Formats: sequence, structure tokens, C-alpha cells
Amino acid sequence: MSDSHFDLIVIGAGPGGYVAAIRAAQLGLKAACIDKRGTWGGTCLNVGCIPSKALLHSSGKFEEAQERLVEHGVKVGKVELDLKALMARKDRVVDDLTKGIGFLFKKNKVTGITGTAKIAKLGEVEVMGDSGTDTFTATNILVATGSTVAPLPGVVIDERRIVSSTGALSLTKVPKHLVVVGGGYIGLEMGSVWRRLGSKVTVVEFLDAIVPHMDTEVGAAMHKMLTKQGIEFRLGTKVTGSKTTKTQVTLTVEPKAGGDAEDIHCDVALVAIGRIPFTDGLGLEDVGVAMDSRGIIQVDDNFKTNVDGIYAVGDVIPGAMLAHKAEEEGIACVENLAGQVAHVNYDAIPSVVYTSPEAASVGKTEQQLKEAGVEYKKGNFPFTANSRARANGYTDGFVKIMADAETDEVLGVHIVGADAGTMIAELALAMEFGASSEDIARTCHAHPTLNEAVKEAALGVEGLPIHI
Amino acid sequence: MANEITVPTLGESVTEATVAKWFKTEGDAVKVDEPILELETDKVTLEVNASAAGILSEITAKEGDNVQVGAVLGMIGEGGAALEKKEKAAGKPTNVPAKSEEAEPAPASAASAVGDDSDKLSPAVRKLVEENHIDPSEIPGTGKGARLTKGDVLLFLKERGENVAPAVQPPPVKPADPRSKDLREERVKMTRLRQRISERLKEAQNTAAILTTFNEIDMTNVMVAREKFQADFEKRYGCRLGFMSFFVKACIVALKELPAVNAEIDGDELIYKNYYDVGVAVGTEQGLVVPVLRDADKRSFAEVEKSITDLGLRARDGRLSMDELTGGTFTITNGGVYGSLMSTPIINPPQSAILGMHKIDRRPVAVRDSIEIRPMMYVALSYDHRIIDGREAVTFLVRVKECIEDPERILLAV
Repeated sequence: MSDSHFDLIVIGAGPGGYVAAIRAAQLGLKAACIDKRGTWGGTCLNVGCIPSKALLHSSGKFEEAQERLVEHGVKVGKVELDLKALMARKDRVVDDLTKGIGFLFKKNKVTGITGTAKIAKLGEVEVMGDSGTDTFTATNILVATGSTVAPLPGVVIDERRIVSSTGALSLTKVPKHLVVVGGGYIGLEMGSVWRRLGSKVTVVEFLDAIVPHMDTEVGAAMHKMLTKQGIEFRLGTKVTGSKTTKTQVTLTVEPKAGGDAEDIHCDVALVAIGRIPFTDGLGLEDVGVAMDSRGIIQVDDNFKTNVDGIYAVGDVIPGAMLAHKAEEEGIACVENLAGQVAHVNYDAIPSVVYTSPEAASVGKTEQQLKEAGVEYKKGNFPFTANSRARANGYTDGFVKIMADAETDEVLGVHIVGADAGTMIAELALAMEFGASSEDIARTCHAHPTLNEAVKEAALGVEGLPIHI
Repeated sequence: MANEITVPTLGESVTEATVAKWFKTEGDAVKVDEPILELETDKVTLEVNASAAGILSEITAKEGDNVQVGAVLGMIGEGGAALEKKEKAAGKPTNVPAKSEEAEPAPASAASAVGDDSDKLSPAVRKLVEENHIDPSEIPGTGKGARLTKGDVLLFLKERGENVAPAVQPPPVKPADPRSKDLREERVKMTRLRQRISERLKEAQNTAAILTTFNEIDMTNVMVAREKFQADFEKRYGCRLGFMSFFVKACIVALKELPAVNAEIDGDELIYKNYYDVGVAVGTEQGLVVPVLRDADKRSFAEVEKSITDLGLRARDGRLSMDELTGGTFTITNGGVYGSLMSTPIINPPQSAILGMHKIDRRPVAVRDSIEIRPMMYVALSYDHRIIDGREAVTFLVRVKECIEDPERILLAV
């Protein structure tokens, strides 16, 4: 077999793509993974999940040192910010992790190719790299090219004054006033970072609630807590235009319901209204891959497109744009290709917003259950009644579990709290196994831990919590 | 931790079983899913498998004991658990074929994969199955890898509960008709006989599991024989040769062949009777009476005919003694005298079966390959399914049919 033929070529080395390529190689397929970015890991590792978490953690430390250590009896004197060092640390984290993927490719004998890929024809991929164009052939092609920032008409991103999430991760100065357009998880996380580092932050959201895809109780709690932290919210408000000078951005906003337009002045504006599938230049139209009007690739249960030999996973196909969702799909897709039978259970995919406190969900929201007419029982336990949360001094938030009124099967769990993103794993596992709320309530939870709140919420489903 | 061995759900309408055989004695080591005893029910015998590995520490129900569903049969104590775990660690796939005699492989159903190890049940499921004495392997699992979810068990319990006690509310009682019925109704005290009849019939229906099987009989040959010998018979014996004697005799042949039909249930014992006292139902003005033809097998055709005539006449006159009305082992009733084409008679307890004769009707029937008009009679056998199996009941009726269609069979008892 020649060096230019592969059993599987994966286009895109984000979480969906690189994971799929590694699994394919583990299952004995000759696999290659192509990415136009010079580093592996896609949006997630380079300009998404990882750098934002590094910034959230660092900014959290800064705020803690400024405001919270005193209450623990730790005197630190004057706290100063070294933004350069903070950013350098973030870059180091990203650098280490992306290189780590290169190491994993080597270990698993995945051929990593840097360049811009185009499906020339069925079974043939052209890669334009620094040294010219190479052509590779493949039995199967997996499109995992992810997503890009959704543009906002009238507000042109220049990544200096008007930035996307990418620019917001690398500002060289703390803005005095940062306006975030979009009250989703990206806007809230980046807004939190810069607020902690000293910016005044205003979030402008078109809808009447923030994190609209999450449970309404979670959204309401987040709104209240983030407001208390100093973020200003302008809900039900749309941005109609922008003007940029060398030092200033002026955004024109008006109430969604109609009313007078108004200008907001700031030094940086972040556009974070969502993300759209990224398939430009791939040549999908030429080979006839079906996409809907928003450019979302249509696939069957095995992630195969309407064209034989071309598959797609992650942000380019329907569903939540989440790294871990893409990973699950990538693995299921190549396992099926290798003759195994694998599925992705979309009812048990957690989602997390890494603000402080964090918000994490798995399964259905309460409004979804109501809409579907499902009879459910609900248990709710606040962290103020959890001993570990009190010891730690972070008592904001709650655990909410909803279970089928008849079978007691857990249908949805929503956590707002300091470590919600880590805690939700227990519930995703429970739901994956069809657990009932009683199963969780009867599982021994170590004391004193935040996860005891999960157990108590589960006990609360039957109306019998112990500690409240 | 000791595990109880309990009587599993035995199936629809079966609540009791008898311990037939213990395969293990106290102190024996048992493996998960290994058959440890055999239960016998009316319908089937079934094996009870160990729900956990360990030592059979106690046998509470001995062989021959009757046990209810859910009752404790014995206990499996700890001891084997460690052994079981060790075997597992040593590699489960290899130990099964290597020790095939001891380690019976569990049937490869999804459900048994669940029952494999009770400690693999989720906490809520484990609690539910233990509280309700359910064998988890009986419940189909819908969870990952066919595991049982709490919902699966709840559904199972719900379905089982509905079978036992339907939660159907009786329809609301209609308000009484406001118009007085006094003038258009008549209240009459029931006679003792009527009271007794109603008591007995209801008792039969409440006690026995009554079932009816049907057949039809071509009466041609019997009618030919009657015609041929009627004159001689009458001249010699002074009574008419009826159909009844043929049926009594045919029944004797069949009863001898199928003793269960002539038997009765007494408590938990069966009484097989080697005498044949055949009751013959007679309609009277007061109601139905069933005088008994003692030792019908020892009587000639003429004696049968004479006795029936005599009993019938005295029944009409109400001159039968109590002795003559009790103690039958089998009954024949002839609804045909009133024109009935088909009916389901009720057993006369403690008897176990009753033959219903009906009207002879000339009907087109297929005889070999042509259609002929034949005098046909439907016959019915109602029987107590507790003691008589369907096979026996049907065979009985077929024998009666054969004997009537070919009366020589009665003579030869074939």
C-alpha cells in the first residue's frame, strides 16, 4: 500500500477529528488526520475550551487574592495583575496540550498532515500546504472541520476593537469597558474573565434570558449571581450597528420589542452570538454532500452523509456544538467503520458553563419536560445546606434532579455550583445506565463532599431529603 | 450475607407448588444459577436456580411440602462467594468448559445476564426485587446491556398486580326503577329441592374447574340395531330398547379406560373408584333429580333400561329414596328430550364429569367422499380440569362416540 493511501482520512484535528483518527488507528485502520492550523486540537485546544479555562482559572485566582483570601485569614498585601504572565501561562498550557496530541498521533501511528484539505473527488483529498499541494486517497473520509464564529450583521470583527472569542482570549490590555454581545456560555465565560481582571462588563442579549438553552431555573440563578458580581445585563436588546475609532467602539442597540435606539461606548466589544458549521473550501458541494440551509451536514445514524465514503461528526452535523459530543461521535463513527456497533446517547450528554459558580446540565430541562407533557418529580437541594460547600465558603447554587413520575428514571439534572462541571459526570453515568433517582439516593456518597448535594437532591425527588 | 431461596412466580393462576426434589443437601456448595431444587405444579415442573453463590445452609421446605409463591425454601449462606470470585478472577471464559459438569452454563438470555449476579443490580432495583420476592431474571431489562432499571421492575409489578387483582371498579349501580313492581311480580318460597339444586350447582361451579368438550355422533347404527331388535327385545324383557342403555354401556367402556373420569377429589387426595354408579338426570315438575344406577357395569341392556324407566317414573312421583339419589360416580344427562342441540352440563359434585346427550338431528354430513343425511347427535362432556386432563376428557368422549357408532365395540369392549 502506498504512503498516500489511507483507510480513513479525517479532515480537522479538533476533538472530534483527532479522537476519531486515534481510535481508527487503534482498531487497525491506516488513518491520517489533516488540519490547516499549525497545531493540533482545533478550536477547543487552541482558541476555545482550554485557553478560556486557563484564563478563567487565573482570573479566578486574581479575584480570590484580591477579595476572598482575607476572609480565610490570609493577608496578601497589594495584589497586582501581570497580564503578560497570565497570558503566557495560558499559551504554555495550550502549547503543551496541542503538542500532546502530536505525541498521541505518533504513539498510535496516525499520520498527521498540516495543510488545507479539499475533497477533490470521491476518495481523494488534496492538501495545500506550505510546500505545495499533495493528493491522498482514502477508502473513507471523515469531515470534522468544526465551526466558526457566527457573524453579526453591522458589527464587523477586526479582532482588535471588535473581537470574537479568539481575540478575547488574547487582549493585551484589560479593557475599561467590555461589551459582550450574546448571553450564551462563551459570552458569560469571557465576560467573567475580564470582569475579574478589572473591566466593566455589559452583556447585551437579544433574548429575554441568558443561557437560553439551559433550564430556566439555572438561567435565572446565573443571571442573579452574575449581576451580583457586577456584570450588567441588557436583555431583550439587539445590536443594530457599530462604529469603531482607534480607541473606542460605539454599538447601537435598541429594545427587541421596539423603542428608541441608544449608543453604548466601550473600548472592546466581543461578538459571541453563537457558532456556525465551518465547511468552506472543502468541496462538499462538488461531491454532492447534502447540507441544510445553515450549512449543517446531514448524516444518518452511522454519521454517513448521503455520499458513500464520506462521513461527518461534531459541530458540522446537527446537535449541540460541544467538544465531548464531537468526541463521542468520532469514536462511534470509526468503530462502526471498523465493524463494531456503537451509538451516541444524545440524552446523556452533559453541558457546562464555566462561570463562577459553574452551571452544568445533563438530560432534559424542566421546560422541555413540560412541553413534552412528561409527568415528573423534582428534587432540589441548595449548597447552603451542604457541609463541604460551607467549609469551602462557596455556597451559591443548587442541585436539581427531575425523574419520571412513574418509573423514577432520571430525566434531567441541573447543577449550579462551584464544581458543577465535575459533579455532573456522576449524573451522566447514572442516566447512561437508566438509573432511577432512588439508585442515586441509595448510592453511598463520601462525606463531606459537594456530591452529597446530588444524593440529597435525589432523596428530595421522593420528598425525603435528610439535610434540609 | 445469607440469601433466601424463594418460590418464583409460577405462571398465570398457579400459586402453589410441591417440592419435588432437592438436588443439593445442606452444606453443599452452590454456584450462581445452578439448579438446586425442582418444584412441581399442576401444569409443569420447574427448577429453582441459586440466586447467589454460597453454601446451602438451610433447607426449610422438604420434599413433598406444598409451598406458596414467594415462600422461603431454604437459605444460601456465605462461603461460596469467595470461591466464586476466585474462579472469576482466574478467568471466567475458561472455567465454564473446563468444569462443565459442575459449572452449568447459564442459559444465554439477556435476562439471565441480569440475574447472573444479584450484586450487579442497581440499588433501587435490588431493593424492589427483594421486597417483592421477584426473580430478576424473569423481568426483561431495558437498560444498558439489558440491565434492569427501576422502571422495568415497577412495570413488571404493575402488570403482575393487575393479573392478580384487577383494579376495575364495579360499574355504578343503576338507580332502581321508580315504578312499583309489586303487582307484576310474584314471590314464591323456593322448595327444598330447588334450594338444594341451586346450592349444589353453585358449589360445583365454585369448586371445580369446569370445562366442556364436544363431539358429534352418527346414530345410524344404533338406530338400525334398535329397529332390528326392538320387537324381540320388548317381547322378551317387557320394556323398550332405548338409546340410554347404549350410552350407559358406552360410558362404562370409556370410564374403565380412563379412570380419572370416574374419580373424585377429596382434600389433597384422589379417590379412584372401581365401581360404576351412573347417575341419570331426570327432569320432573319439581326440578331436576339424578337417580343413580348402581353397578351399571354389571347390568344387562335390559336391566339398564328397566331401571331407568323405574327410576324415572318414581322420580316423577317423588317416591325416590335418599339412597337412590346419592353416591353416583358419573352422570349422564339428556337435554335432547327437550330438543336441545348443544349444552354445557354442570358437574354433579363430588363427581368429576358429566356426559350431555342431545337431540338427534338429521343433518348432511360428509361420509367418505359423499354428502349423506345422517341422524347426528352432539355430545358434551363437562369435566373438572383439576383432576381430568384435556387429553383424558377428549379421549373419553371419542371412545363413547366410537362405541355408539359401532355398538359391537361395547360387546367386545374395544
